[in-house]
Amino acid sequence: MAQTPDDEQSPEQDWREAFEATPEREVPFTTLSGTPVEPLYTEADLPDDVAGQIGFPGQYPFTRGVYPSMYRGRLWTMRQFAGFGSAEETNERFHYLLDHGQTGLSTAFDMPSLMGHDSDSPLSLGEVGREGVAVDTVEDMTTLYKGIDLGEVSVSMTINGPAAIMLAYYVVAAERDGVPPQQLAGTIQADILKEYIAQKEWCFPIDPAMRIMGDMIEWCSQQMPRWHPVSISGYHIREAGSTAAQELAFTLKDGLTYIEQAVERGLDVDDFAPRLSFFFNAQIDFFEEIAKYRAARRIWARELKETFGAKNPKSLLMRFHTQTAGVSLTAQQPLNNVVRTAIEALAGVLGGTQSLHTNSYDEALALPTEDAVRLALRTQQIIADETGVASTIDPLGGSYFVEALTDKIEAEAYEYFKKIDELGGMVAAVKANYPQREIADASYELQQEIDSGRRVVVGVNAYTEGDGGQTALHRSDPAMERGQVDRLNAVRAGRDSAAVESSLAKLREAAAREGANLMPLLIDCTRTDASEGEIVQALQDVFGRYTESPVF
Amino acid sequence: MPRTAPNMTAATSTQKIRVVVAKPGLDGHDRGAKIIARALRDAGMEVIYTGLHQTPEQIVETIVQEDADAVGLSILSGAHMTLVPKIVELLRAQGIDDVVVTVGGTIPADDIPQLKELGVAAVFTPGAPTQEIIDFLVSAVGEREPR
Repeated sequence: MAQTPDDEQSPEQDWREAFEATPEREVPFTTLSGTPVEPLYTEADLPDDVAGQIGFPGQYPFTRGVYPSMYRGRLWTMRQFAGFGSAEETNERFHYLLDHGQTGLSTAFDMPSLMGHDSDSPLSLGEVGREGVAVDTVEDMTTLYKGIDLGEVSVSMTINGPAAIMLAYYVVAAERDGVPPQQLAGTIQADILKEYIAQKEWCFPIDPAMRIMGDMIEWCSQQMPRWHPVSISGYHIREAGSTAAQELAFTLKDGLTYIEQAVERGLDVDDFAPRLSFFFNAQIDFFEEIAKYRAARRIWARELKETFGAKNPKSLLMRFHTQTAGVSLTAQQPLNNVVRTAIEALAGVLGGTQSLHTNSYDEALALPTEDAVRLALRTQQIIADETGVASTIDPLGGSYFVEALTDKIEAEAYEYFKKIDELGGMVAAVKANYPQREIADASYELQQEIDSGRRVVVGVNAYTEGDGGQTALHRSDPAMERGQVDRLNAVRAGRDSAAVESSLAKLREAAAREGANLMPLLIDCTRTDASEGEIVQALQDVFGRYTESPVF
Repeated sequence: MPRTAPNMTAATSTQKIRVVVAKPGLDGHDRGAKIIARALRDAGMEVIYTGLHQTPEQIVETIVQEDADAVGLSILSGAHMTLVPKIVELLRAQGIDDVVVTVGGTIPADDIPQLKELGVAAVFTPGAPTQEIIDFLVSAVGEREPR
């Protein structure tokens, strides 16, 4: 730094004086998560060991990206999440998306499927095919991906409680199509801890759910080398109202917990860590989100290397999918959501995401229409092909502000790790409602900020005129539920019930036995055309159910 | 993180509005329900939150057992046109017609008149300020015939 004569001020002091002479706007200068933001960041805010902390893309600690070439080599995968109605309707939407340039598939299941209920259960009434596709048996799974080469396209499935059952369905559906599990590429979410933390779609109590998940990871590590058996997800944690640091900390801690469990089962960390992938939210606070992704890569690489002693360089890579924030969308002036989504998507891209889902502007009102979905996909294509942001790697690397935020959010995550360890680890912390309470507190505080007008949400608590327009909405077909129940009954009528009963009995027996891997038995049940509800019921006979004691 | 401590020590007055906040159906989106439950509690109401995945029968049972003045049904799964009529029907079947029924969540504008026809007093869609909901309950419960 240049020497300044004693009687002269430094340019920084000059700036500060001039800055302080100007009154500031009367708004809170904090991130969406409440972190104070300084008026200016300088070289002094960079970490001492900049080179070591930031490094190069594709090099430890991967702050600047997991691959040496990033989007210069290959753009992110544009992966729009879709699912509604019957398997046949969703299959049509999949073909539509592939025809419009989408490069991977992402499957949304309906609530009964997520909770392990068949479509004819009284608990499913009104929910069949509403928020996703209804899948009851392997027949539905076959219809869902009809005409799509499962050996070629990567398929993502967002399901958790009954993930192992849906994976069994997928494996058998592909098998009937002549594609062996070794060739299947894709991801199943299967992140059970975040269900108890945030998404709240469960089938079993926590401990047996952890076991089923472990069985699936173990089986995949032996049978499905191209498959990601878990997508460790912060998305729902953030949607439940967490801060960015909570999303980061709870998600990474969930991931580290899955690794601990697998290592305890005797797996070598390098045998499965390269297949783990992540899923984060992209909220509206642009720089905070970018910092979050950069910090996530650095923490994951460090923990895998230093705590778990991973040797395979691929084990250190935190690869992730991003979805723009559903919670940031407003029912008022829905077209504004196009703009929010574009900015959030840009944050995901500048944060180095491997794949991206952009929400549709009408999703605070209903499931998206086809036109709205196309506009959301076009948003990604404009970012990719028109803006130029994909031309250079980590364009914000070295930014005083972004590096300082990255360090800050990383430090906050480690504080959470410490608290969780003091509670006895993540499983114990979840049972004690710790992350649930932290999230509820954060979401309540943000709502109070919005209600008081301290935080502006355009069209909601400011600039509210002009919400008269009508938005065309997606409508579910009321006959759909009946049709799905008929299909399920037809499968039940056409199968060998003795074989079903016997496969379910074997599953119950293995579930009661510690150390038995349930995956092969779930595949056997699938081959007999057992329904999801029947399989879940068989497991619940042994494991019981989960009831939450909610905190608010 | 600082928390606003709920005012649990305040003398429970018989005038206190008793509200059941309920999550019917299978959807697990409980951010809104929990924020509303807490805001109503902080506003001095007696709040009973049912927790997730409740059947219409369970919700009506809670309303009866808790002698509630009002119920807030939070639904983000699109199943409102099935679940809300069922709950209203079950309430009627029990001879209950003075409980203020409100609905919150992703409810398309076209469905709101139908819900109101069924007897739903108000529908709050995403972005509704919590104060508006508090004010509505205070006035709607206050306007009922005295029990």
